[in-house]
Amino acid sequence: MSTELPEPAAPPPTGAGESSPAPTRRTFIATSTALGGAVVAGGVIGGTFLADPEEATAAERPPSSRVSLTVNGTSHTVTVDNRTSLLDLLREHLGLTGSKKGCNAGACGACTVLVDGRRHNACLTLAVRLEGAGVTTIEGLADGDQLHPLQQAFIDQDAFQCGYCTPGQIVSGVGCIQEGHTGSPEEIREWMSGNICRCGCYVKIVRAVEQTADRK
Amino acid sequence: MYPFAFTKASDTREALNAGRDGGRYIAGGTTLVDLMRETVERPETLVDITGLPLSEITVTERGGLRLGALVTMSEAAAHAKVRTLYPVVSEALELSASAQLRNMATIGGNIMQRTRCTYFRDVTADCNKREPGSGCAALHGVNRTHAILGTSDACVATHPSDAAVAFAALEARVHLLSPEGARQIPFAGFLLRPGSTPQHEQAVRRGELIAAVEIPALPRPLRSGYLKVRDRQSYEFALTSAAVALHVRGGVIREARVAAGGVGTVPWKLPAVEQHLVGERPSGTLWSAAAAMAADGARPLQHNRFKVELLKRTVERQLRIVGGTK
Repeated sequence: MSTELPEPAAPPPTGAGESSPAPTRRTFIATSTALGGAVVAGGVIGGTFLADPEEATAAERPPSSRVSLTVNGTSHTVTVDNRTSLLDLLREHLGLTGSKKGCNAGACGACTVLVDGRRHNACLTLAVRLEGAGVTTIEGLADGDQLHPLQQAFIDQDAFQCGYCTPGQIVSGVGCIQEGHTGSPEEIREWMSGNICRCGCYVKIVRAVEQTADRK
Repeated sequence: MYPFAFTKASDTREALNAGRDGGRYIAGGTTLVDLMRETVERPETLVDITGLPLSEITVTERGGLRLGALVTMSEAAAHAKVRTLYPVVSEALELSASAQLRNMATIGGNIMQRTRCTYFRDVTADCNKREPGSGCAALHGVNRTHAILGTSDACVATHPSDAAVAFAALEARVHLLSPEGARQIPFAGFLLRPGSTPQHEQAVRRGELIAAVEIPALPRPLRSGYLKVRDRQSYEFALTSAAVALHVRGGVIREARVAAGGVGTVPWKLPAVEQHLVGERPSGTLWSAAAAMAADGARPLQHNRFKVELLKRTVERQLRIVGGTK
């Protein structure tokens, strides 16, 4: 499957068998941002608001580039303002709002995705640099209705409260397990330290990663 | 973030030409993109160099190690040769940043990274490094994490890299490329103290590209390691740190390499400590006597006086960990 942007991003699925016609908060926001992005950018995907009048002239035609990448197995070819981060590309233009924008500075890990199988901070990744790359987000972990074992483990262990950091925690945990740094709770804590949880669910997050690593 | 042009270099010549024309190299981008978003950095053109053949780790003819500039921090830290020959390097790398950032950031970018001084990052604050002549808000500001060694009235910011402390201790050399050819400079001359020109941080010329960091061969057996002291257990910059490498033969220390981090405007080599160790037998008394000199010349600020004693204790503890004996 391949998509050529710009086009309205499809709203995320609301779950198999769910037939409610009423828009959820999530589908409403996703649809609004997709439309908004297309209108404001006029064909070029912009990821940055310009507030400084000094930038106004340059802003008329901000340098942009064309890039082809694969996200959760779907290939996309997009033309993006060079400033667009991978996180903004995912959230604002592909409708994949699972990856979260916490600090937008590489300090919290809420935006963690896998790029060619390795954990990266999507907020510090410029989308134009991802030519040919394969990106996996939280939306790409489950196999249909079958949750990824670590997603199930987060439920089993009750490893979240507000849930904002959870997508980043889970994707980071998948990377941590693949890297083989799950030998002890201490090792998991150290290798998961790039993901901050302000609710303080660390003990249960470590247990969820441990549970999944043990079953591999 | 200000708009910028983007180009990806397909080979070294293309990269160097773009660099000579004012293009800014980007590899991992973990510092640069962050600072561009804060508008501290405003490059007009970014040159992606990740396609260049600078990703090798090789053992040199003399038995040292050459780390290609584009080797990621996680690759370097996990590499068997790095772990066995220079544990101080792999430990410094693994105690840096987070797993995500180490997967992105490169060796070349690591030694080019800029200070974490909050006033440098805040474009509304006075900062001679960011805006020469504007003053230094840190000098009489919140300076608990700032430098006590190598400072000037113009700048008191620390260099944030851990790996650079290990490279400084081991007396690494930086290999540079430019259209005029290749050259190499000792690590001690690569990072510059602020003096009256804190905006000049590295001895790289316009358009020069880092090709590799070479760690020289040292006599074997060599024991080494890195200790990092910080406000939280992980994912934090150093308040103090110590990189130590010792070659002990016949019960006598024959070679010593010691440097400190978190305390200097550049990674702080400690030659007086090293000289005190060489020719002596390892002992608890020796470690404390040598470490007592670690903060010589320190010029603490209002909020970071604690670093003087912390530095001595950090060096002493790491000498004990690497050198053994109580």
